[in-house]
Amino acid sequence: MIILDNVTIAYGQGHRRLVAARDVTLAVPEGAAVGLVGESGSGKSTVLRAIAGLIPYSDGHITLAGKSVGKRRTTAEKRMVQMVFQDPYGSLHPNQTVDQILAMPIAIHRLDKGEARIAKALSEVGLGREHRYRYPHQLSGGQRQRVAIARALILEPSILLLDEPTSALDVSVQAEILNLLARLRREHGLTMLMVSHDLAVIAHLCDTIGVMSRGLLLETTTADAMASGEVVHEYTRQLLRSNAGFDRSSVSAGDLDISAA
Amino acid sequence: MSEVLLNVRNLRVTYPGDDGDFRAVRNVSFSLGRERLGIVGESGSGKSTTGRAIMGLVQRPGRIEADELTLFDKQGGKTDLRAMSERGFRALRGQRLAMVLQDPKYSLDPVMRVGDQIAETHRAHLRSSKAEAYKASLDMLNAVHIRDPERVYGMYPHQVSGGMGQRIMIAMMLIAGPDILIADEPTSALDVTVQTQVLAIMDDLVQRRGMGLILISHNLHLVSSFCDRVLVMYAGQVVETCEAGKLHEATHPYTRGLLAALPQLGNRRHELPQLQRDPAWAADL
Repeated sequence: MIILDNVTIAYGQGHRRLVAARDVTLAVPEGAAVGLVGESGSGKSTVLRAIAGLIPYSDGHITLAGKSVGKRRTTAEKRMVQMVFQDPYGSLHPNQTVDQILAMPIAIHRLDKGEARIAKALSEVGLGREHRYRYPHQLSGGQRQRVAIARALILEPSILLLDEPTSALDVSVQAEILNLLARLRREHGLTMLMVSHDLAVIAHLCDTIGVMSRGLLLETTTADAMASGEVVHEYTRQLLRSNAGFDRSSVSAGDLDISAA
Repeated sequence: MSEVLLNVRNLRVTYPGDDGDFRAVRNVSFSLGRERLGIVGESGSGKSTTGRAIMGLVQRPGRIEADELTLFDKQGGKTDLRAMSERGFRALRGQRLAMVLQDPKYSLDPVMRVGDQIAETHRAHLRSSKAEAYKASLDMLNAVHIRDPERVYGMYPHQVSGGMGQRIMIAMMLIAGPDILIADEPTSALDVTVQTQVLAIMDDLVQRRGMGLILISHNLHLVSSFCDRVLVMYAGQVVETCEAGKLHEATHPYTRGLLAALPQLGNRRHELPQLQRDPAWAADL
């Protein structure tokens, strides 16, 4: 469904050019859920944004649903890929009600039966009619993230991109959102690509996991291999250790001196 | 926990509101020795407010009340924080009590060199000369494992990375040698690998200087693996206290619910159990 073939993404020009992701090759089959883990600056969100068409890529090919997508996308191509962002406080327009937020993509894509679509999207993400005319500040963090998911689903996309969908949420709310995403994936046959720094969250939802660091996709492994520790790369092992909690022995004196820059 | 540094008995923080007072923190009692004490809870559970109340940082119209809020010094002297004026608190903060906040981006002065910010604390509390403060700051930067401290001293906050910024914050907080360090989500803005390093530095300093550390976090894994003792807060109250290593044996349904709701590597469940909140948990204990 999603095929990345040696994709390189760079920001800036000339001597200020910064390569955020280099030669990333990844395939997400239809209906699969694939996760990308890595630290901030590893290029995982950049890859997601390039797939969504939010930023251009300088090299390689991106193929979505069997068709190579160029710099300019058609409306149908845009509709096929939808994205949910990390911060539900920042990704919803503060001056628009939930109803207006959900009506926007319908208007842009000139879809019919807007009324019915909004009601359906809201009920799918577990929000009631009483939430429809509220403003984002009148909703909790979890409810806002549900609105963001409803906004992505209202266009009936085949690909859902998730950029740290639960990292701004409390543990109990995170569980609700993860359950919601798993259910929506089953019911709609969605293809998902999710980015997170939390290994356990990724491994819960995704079968295949890619590990990124400094713009490179270091290895692609499975959730089961991660759980049993059968990983190749030293960096992945370090991530696994950090995920297990604080372990004094995992910090050697040399590790503490990360470079001053 | 031989020696008590801080005693808190029946701490209450209230904010007046349109429909009656909002009790952000209530019935909170604990004592802190030379140990690592963790406070966990969800957002709005009152864990940060508890830390701020100890620092005297609750803004009006918020009110702090307590049956006891006492700070003990090494000589056995007592300081009653309830009667403390703002002026008195200013003398205490930095020297006796210090707080590290979540995001170094917002807690460092953006237009002041980071070294000067560290030196300022030293000069204010120890009435030292510029040269002494400079030297102490470099030593402190060294102690938090910053390579090339002279160069870092002259940098501005936007020039340092998140992990370095947090270490600079820790350096600033520890330079006057406080007895108690309150760290409010000190590593939440950091990457996991950097997080371990920052915690290791705090751990070293606690052990070496015999400080008391209060670590406030929403991360159960982190608190149970790092701290000695954990307080679990819900709706402004401490619902459970347990040894950190035995957090997985916790008995309160709220703690159990939180633990169950965490996704686990290697234990993939079809559906995560969602926390069913019981109104009885919020009742006064």
